[in-house]
Amino acid sequence: MKLYKIEEEHGQRREERMMWELFLTFTKIGFISFGGGYAMIPIIEYEVLNHGWLDAQQFTDVISIAGMSPGPIATNSAVFVGYKIAGIPGAIVATFAISLPSLILILLVALFFYKIQKHKLVQSIFYGLRPVIVGLICYAAVRFSIYNGIIGGDYLFNGVSIMILLFSLSILLFTRIHPLVVIFLSGIVGIMIY
Amino acid sequence: MNSKCKTFTLWKLFVTFFLISPTTFGGGYAMIPLLEKSVTEKNKWIKKEDITDILAICQTVPGSIAVNTVSFIGFKLGGIPGAVIATLGIITPTFLIVLFLVIAFLGIQDQPIVQAVFTGIRPAIAALILFAAIRTGKRSIFDKFTMAIAIVSFILLLFVSMHPIVVLLFGGLAGILFRGREKVNPADSHQDEII
Repeated sequence: MKLYKIEEEHGQRREERMMWELFLTFTKIGFISFGGGYAMIPIIEYEVLNHGWLDAQQFTDVISIAGMSPGPIATNSAVFVGYKIAGIPGAIVATFAISLPSLILILLVALFFYKIQKHKLVQSIFYGLRPVIVGLICYAAVRFSIYNGIIGGDYLFNGVSIMILLFSLSILLFTRIHPLVVIFLSGIVGIMIY
Repeated sequence: MNSKCKTFTLWKLFVTFFLISPTTFGGGYAMIPLLEKSVTEKNKWIKKEDITDILAICQTVPGSIAVNTVSFIGFKLGGIPGAVIATLGIITPTFLIVLFLVIAFLGIQDQPIVQAVFTGIRPAIAALILFAAIRTGKRSIFDKFTMAIAIVSFILLLFVSMHPIVVLLFGGLAGILFRGREKVNPADSHQDEII
């Protein structure tokens, strides 16, 4: 009985530590999430794999679900990762954590640095930072494709997947069809082929 | 009287952004036109000429531009409580939708049909990510320097496995160094002293 109690207490403390770790990790990500969300995929992946919270394959599920949902993809990923490791409280903690830094920084900017975007130093930083964001997003796309066998693997690329990819990309680039429709259609193609 | 009026505004703030939120697909840029219309035309909270400035400010702060803009507008209208309420309004619906999808997905992911659907969806998600890269690239790559930075950072990430944060820092530094040398206009130099 006593042993059980100790074990329970131990488990509770571990859970607390896990929540704290979740909070700190996503706060850190929140502070550096320049460029909206897609650029944060590699950083979230790095953290999640390093903590051993998910493996690489599970992380591609996170990106798939986060990408097909409304809302910023980084925040959506936080919901998934948080839920996966600590249930609904985990999802709430991770979402709160990734959103808090932006809110604090926006308040600071609104209070003290109203003209921040016109400052020369800030403009210079973003002149170099924005292209890195593009590099990060391309990197995220390539990694995601490798993990899912769209490129790489036994053949240089998977024919059907590449077709779906190129077709979806052209629709997104050249038509005004909503991304959700593209995802829905590719899901139907998936049922028909696999 | 005054406090009653304020509660009403906060509630209105919350509801307005709560209703716009589910349309924020893919990072938030899609939501900007809707958001603009709502705060300038429908509710007349913000002047039209101010919204461009607000968007520019919100782009310099980390996080989703849509959520940042909403926080900023919330602050302008109702101070810190306004910012918190507006942010909660924009985050809550998508949080609930994603949570629902996650729970549903984890429950049915082992079904063969779900796996087939996802095998089809994954390349479309890859296209969505590439599309985001192209969209972002159109705005941020406009000369040889920015092109070089994008290519070098991609190579550093993919082949050298450099940590993304380090690459971001390098980019910012390169921007300062390059721009700093480019502009030696003495008229601007007094600005540097403020830094």
